[in-house]
Amino acid sequence: MLMLFTANTGVKKKKKRSYREFGMLLILVVLCIIFAVLNHRFVSAENLLDMFRNTAILGILSVGMMVVILTGGIDLSVGAVVALTGMISAMLVRDHPGIPVVVALLVAMLVGAVCGMINGLLVAKGRIIPIIATLGMMNAYRGLTFIISDSAWVSAHEMPTGYKALATGGIGPMSNLVIICVVVMAVFYYFLTYTKSGRSIYAIGSNAEVVHITGIRKDRILILAYTILGLLAGLAGMLWVSKFASAQPDTATGYEMNVIAACVLGGVSIAGGSGKMQGLILGVLLLGIMENALPLVHVSPFWQSFIRGMIILIAIIVNVLIKRRSTAQILKRREI
Amino acid sequence: MKKKWLCSLLVVMLLAFTLAACGGGEDKDADSDAGADTDQVAADGDVSGKTFAIVAKNTGNPYADKENQGFEDAIAEAGATSIVRAPEQPTAEGQIQIIEELIAQGVDSLTIVGNDVDALQPVLEKAMDAGISVSSADSGVNPDSRQVFVNQAGTTEIGVALTDAVLDLTGGEGQFAILSATSQATNQNAWIDAIKELLESDSKYANLELVKTAYGDDLRDKSVSETEALLQSYPDLKVIVAPTTVGIAAAGKVFTDKNLAGKVELTGLGLPSEMAEYIDNGVCKYMFLWNPIDVGYLAGQTAIALASGTITGAAGDQFSAGRLGDYEVVSAADGGTEVILGAPFKFDTSNIAEWKSVY
Repeated sequence: MLMLFTANTGVKKKKKRSYREFGMLLILVVLCIIFAVLNHRFVSAENLLDMFRNTAILGILSVGMMVVILTGGIDLSVGAVVALTGMISAMLVRDHPGIPVVVALLVAMLVGAVCGMINGLLVAKGRIIPIIATLGMMNAYRGLTFIISDSAWVSAHEMPTGYKALATGGIGPMSNLVIICVVVMAVFYYFLTYTKSGRSIYAIGSNAEVVHITGIRKDRILILAYTILGLLAGLAGMLWVSKFASAQPDTATGYEMNVIAACVLGGVSIAGGSGKMQGLILGVLLLGIMENALPLVHVSPFWQSFIRGMIILIAIIVNVLIKRRSTAQILKRREI
Repeated sequence: MKKKWLCSLLVVMLLAFTLAACGGGEDKDADSDAGADTDQVAADGDVSGKTFAIVAKNTGNPYADKENQGFEDAIAEAGATSIVRAPEQPTAEGQIQIIEELIAQGVDSLTIVGNDVDALQPVLEKAMDAGISVSSADSGVNPDSRQVFVNQAGTTEIGVALTDAVLDLTGGEGQFAILSATSQATNQNAWIDAIKELLESDSKYANLELVKTAYGDDLRDKSVSETEALLQSYPDLKVIVAPTTVGIAAAGKVFTDKNLAGKVELTGLGLPSEMAEYIDNGVCKYMFLWNPIDVGYLAGQTAIALASGTITGAAGDQFSAGRLGDYEVVSAADGGTEVILGAPFKFDTSNIAEWKSVY
C-alpha cells in the first residue's frame, strides 16, 4: 500500500521534478535582477540577511499550512493562533521573568498544538468542512487572545532580555530565525517524503475514498496534520513576539492569507495531494522578496499593491503553464 | 381582508406609540426648564454645590485612571463634587446604564469618554434634556450628543512639535523620512500635511529635506520592512519620524537590532509603554503623546465652564482653564465644536520610567 503512493507521487515524477519548479525559479531570478537594477542596495548583504530574517516566520507557518493543504484542507485560524500563543508566552515571561526561554517556547508550542488539534477534531470527527471549522475557530482564538490579555499589549520593557535575544541572536551572520526555519523545512521534508504518516497525508489529499479501503486511518492523519500546523504556529507565535518585542491581541491579523499565498505560489495544490517542499521554499522566497524589495523601489504605495498583485498573478500563470506541460509529458511517457 | 385588518391595527399602534413618545418629550422639556433655572442661579461661576461626573471607557485602565485624576483635580479646585464612573468592559451598553443612573441621581454635569460615536446619542440627549451639561473628552461622541468636545490632539500643534523635533535632531539640516500608519489614516495624514506645510511656509525648516513618506500600515512586519528599506535607500538619512505607535516601536526595534543609536535618530508619537525600551537604550531621545492628566484636567475645567454658564459650547466661547491657561471653543471637523488641549507632551529619559506603567 505504501509502495503504491510512493510510486504515484514520488518515484515516477522524479525525472521531471526539476522542471516542475523551474517556472518559479525563473521568475525569482528575473525579479531579483529587476529589483537589483532598480535599487542596487537590494543585493547588499545586509539587505539580503534582513530579507531572510523577515521571511523566516512566514516560512515556518507555510510548512505547516502545506501539510494541511496536502490533506485537501485549509486552516484560516493560523494568524489567530500566532497571536494567542505569542500573547500567552509574552504574558508568561512578563509575570515570571525568571523562567527559562525554552519553557516559554514549549508552552507556546503546546498551546498551539492544542489549538491545532481542536481544528483537526472538528474537521475529522465533527465532519465540518475545514474552511468553516477553522473560520469559526479563527474568531474564537482571536477573541480568546483579547480576553486573556484584557486587550492590553505586552511591551518590550516588560520582556526579559533572553526572550528577545532568541530572535535577535544567531550563529555568525545567520539569524536564529532563519536557522529554525531551515531546520523545520528539513525535518518536514523528511517527514513528508520518507515516513509512512507523511505519505499518508499525500494519500488522503489525492483520493480520500481509496484511502479508506487501504486502511489508512484517515481521521488520525487529519488530526495529526492540523496539530502539526498548530504546533508550528505556536513556534511562530513565540518567535513573532520575540522578533518584534511586542505582543498585541491583533498580531498577525489576516496573516493566514500570506501563508496560504506562499503555499499556492509554491505549487501546492489547493485540491490537496500535490505539492513539494522545494516549490514551497520558492513560494515563500517570492513573497519575502516582494515584501523586502517593493519598499526599496521608489513607487507610490498604491502602485506597490498593484505590482504585488501582478507579480503573484504572473507567477501563478507561468507556474501552471509549465506544470501542465510537464504533466502532459509524464502522461505521454506513461502511455508508452 | 385579513391583511387590511393587520395593516390598520399596525397603523393604530404606530399612532399610539408616537403620541406616547410626544407626551414623554413634553415632560422632559419641563424638566430641562427647571435645570436651566438652577444653571442661571450659578451663572456667576460658583459651582461649589454642584456634582460633576466623568464616565471613562472601562475600569482597570491605567490611561483612564490618569485622565480621571486630572478631572478630579480640576473639580476639587472649584470646590465641587466629582463622581468617577466606568463600566467593567469598554462597551457603549455599560456606559448607557451608568449614564441612566447618573441622570436619576441628578448630577449637574456629565463628561463622557465615548466607547461609541453614535450609540450613546439617545441617553446623552436624555441627559441634556434633563438640564445636565454634557461634554465629551478624549474619545468623542457625535455632535448631537454633546455640547463640546475636549480634543487632546491639535493637528497644527502636533505638526509643529514633530517638525521642531526633526530640526533639533538633525541639527538644523539634512534628510528625514516619515513612517506612517496606512495611507488612508485620517489622523496621520492630517499631521503629515501639517509637517509638509510647515516645511514650505517657515524658512527655519528650509534645510530639512523630507525624502519619503513610507506606510507601515500599523503592522509590525510591514513597518519593519519599510524602516529597513528607508535605511537602505537613504544612507544619509538623519531622522525617521513615525507618528504612530506601531510604526515608532517597530522602527525602535530595527534601530536597536542594527545598533543605530546615535547614527540615525527616531522620534514621533508613541505609547510610553511601547517606547520605554527604546528611550532607555538611547535609540529614541524623545517622542510625544498627549498627557492624560492634562486631558482630564481640561475636561474638568470645560465641564465647570459649561455648568456655570461661562460657555455654552458655541464656537468663539472663551474660558479660563486653571493652570492650563485660557482656552477658546472652536469648530470641529465633525460639525460640532471642540476645545483643543494644545501641544503634545514630551516623553524622554527623565519621565519615561514614571509613564511606562501608565499607558
